Amino acid sequence: MTWSEMQPLLSQACWDTLYMVGWSTLIAVLGGLPLGILLVLTDRGGLVHNAAVNKVIGQIVNIARSLPFIILMVALMGFTRWITGTTIGREAAIVPLATGAIPFYARLVETSVREVDGGLVEAVQAMGGSTWKVVRSVLVPESLPSLISGATTTVVALIGYSAMAGTVGAGGLGDIAVRYGYQRFETGLMWITVSILAVVISLIQFAGDLAARRLHRRGGHPGPAPRPRPLRTAAPGAGPTDAR
Amino acid sequence: MITTTGLTKVYRARGREITALDGVDLHVREGEVYGVIGRSGAGKSSLIRCVNLLERPTAGTVTVAGQDLTALAGRGRRASRELRAARSRTGMVFQHFHLLSSRTVQDNVELPLEILGHSRGKRARKARELLELVGLGERATAYPAQLSGGQKQRVGIARALAGDPKVLLSDEATSALDPKTTRSILRLLRELNRELGLTVLLITHEMDVVKAVCDSAALMENGRIVESGTVPQLLGTPDSRLARALFPVSGDPLGGEGTVVDVTFHGEAAARPVISRLSRTYNIDISILGAAMDTVGGRQVGRMRLELPGHYEENVVPIGFLREQGLGVQVQGRPARLAEEGAE
Ligand SMILES: Nc1ncnc2c1ncn2[C@@H]1O[C@H](COP(=O)(O)OP(=O)(O)O)[C@@H](O)[C@H]1O
Ligand SMILES: [Mg+2]
Repeated sequence: MTWSEMQPLLSQACWDTLYMVGWSTLIAVLGGLPLGILLVLTDRGGLVHNAAVNKVIGQIVNIARSLPFIILMVALMGFTRWITGTTIGREAAIVPLATGAIPFYARLVETSVREVDGGLVEAVQAMGGSTWKVVRSVLVPESLPSLISGATTTVVALIGYSAMAGTVGAGGLGDIAVRYGYQRFETGLMWITVSILAVVISLIQFAGDLAARRLHRRGGHPGPAPRPRPLRTAAPGAGPTDAR
Repeated sequence: MITTTGLTKVYRARGREITALDGVDLHVREGEVYGVIGRSGAGKSSLIRCVNLLERPTAGTVTVAGQDLTALAGRGRRASRELRAARSRTGMVFQHFHLLSSRTVQDNVELPLEILGHSRGKRARKARELLELVGLGERATAYPAQLSGGQKQRVGIARALAGDPKVLLSDEATSALDPKTTRSILRLLRELNRELGLTVLLITHEMDVVKAVCDSAALMENGRIVESGTVPQLLGTPDSRLARALFPVSGDPLGGEGTVVDVTFHGEAAARPVISRLSRTYNIDISILGAAMDTVGGRQVGRMRLELPGHYEENVVPIGFLREQGLGVQVQGRPARLAEEGAE
């Protein structure tokens, strides 16, 4: 296979991967962010403690997270057809990709938001702030560097999943690697694909880390974030003497 | 300004019950600086957090500026709109400042104004004004992490004042600061109290804080207030542990028959030559075992340990004379008599 044969294949595949990953990341963030925050808020000691809601969301997230992507893809076929009218192609692949990534990101959001110093939440409550105000001006902005890191992790994971989606006709770099590299022994093309994937993932990781670090430093943290007081439990016995 | 009656808080943690507040009756008058002192774990934070209902009292009532906050509290953990409105009229400062690291100093001060729904222009103007007031006009665009501890607490105070509160709650505001910074922050609180007529309820485990700024004080132990009153009142109360801690007197008795008396004087009485008059009037020799003058809550206070010759029974009249002069008198080795001397 010559470069002039490979080139259009590769650029189409890159575009397909970008398209699938881009849209599913967007949907994952839009869905995972509120879910993750809700998981923290409804937990015991949370601002809107609700055991039932917390349990239900937690269970759904756990189940969705534990399903292998390939099974999720098959299981969601009906749903996918209902939404996109088809079960093959890039658009159709976005449905299972996003569905798998929402709970993935939600868990990462949950962890990030839990790290926020509970004292900040209290400060805003003491000013008369509502729960919504706490979410908007404390939980999200204060955990933003961590939320961005989580989104980066999600993008990288989605690139991996999108390769599997490629095998059911969605195109993309994974599809190229399987069809040409595995089935036709086009080793050259396969290695180029692998290299592109490696570069793309490195770039995304780099950009994500950079953004997170910039934000973190704007907050003026010289090193790692200070030891936070967990949001969920008011530390018992946290008296003045343990201040120093 | 702040009144609590029978305030009780019981925490339930893993089946265990911890009574952090056990029927606290607190009365803070308008315009005064009221200090609550006690050891770690005494329930001080629980008390101050119950005052703006950050912590829901198990029993009892909290009234701030004539408004019964316990009645405003909504169901469950969610705060009702009315309670949130009441909170926005009460400022609070914290030991660890609790400034948002993602916002500049000015944006931190604007936060309560956002909650109050003020326009952008009005917020910025007010925030600038407050930062000037606390001496940080220059640092408006800095991030909290670029400030020293004392500066952070000034921002915390500016933020607490944004909603033009009548009441300021301070939970160990100076406990994370060095002594010099502590003094400057206390001076600021005192100024704000004087200039804005702000009522301040502050919590501390340091006696020096009470000594420096408080008009009144209460001692807390095991969730109860065991002693309270205005500082002059306390200093005039024999056997007051707060008074002794605020202003210790020392001096060993000479031995023999004498009666040892601790005398506390404040205000005008400090200026009058009471001791020489006592000596002349009753023709007795008075030994001064120890004495000290100090400033407590901005007032001159003196304490003196005297020894009068003879047993207590022989000195009843001179001691009565001292009491008549408006001094706090405590006779060593005698049960305390509650002094009305210092009372208004
Ligand atoms: N959220 C909580 N859950 C359980 N116990 C608590 C909680 N907050 C405080 N306590 C307990 O209540 C007591 C009083 O605590 P606190 O009010 O913080 O005292 P102080 O501020 O005087 O150190 C302590 O024994 C503490 O362990
Ligand atoms: Mg405390």
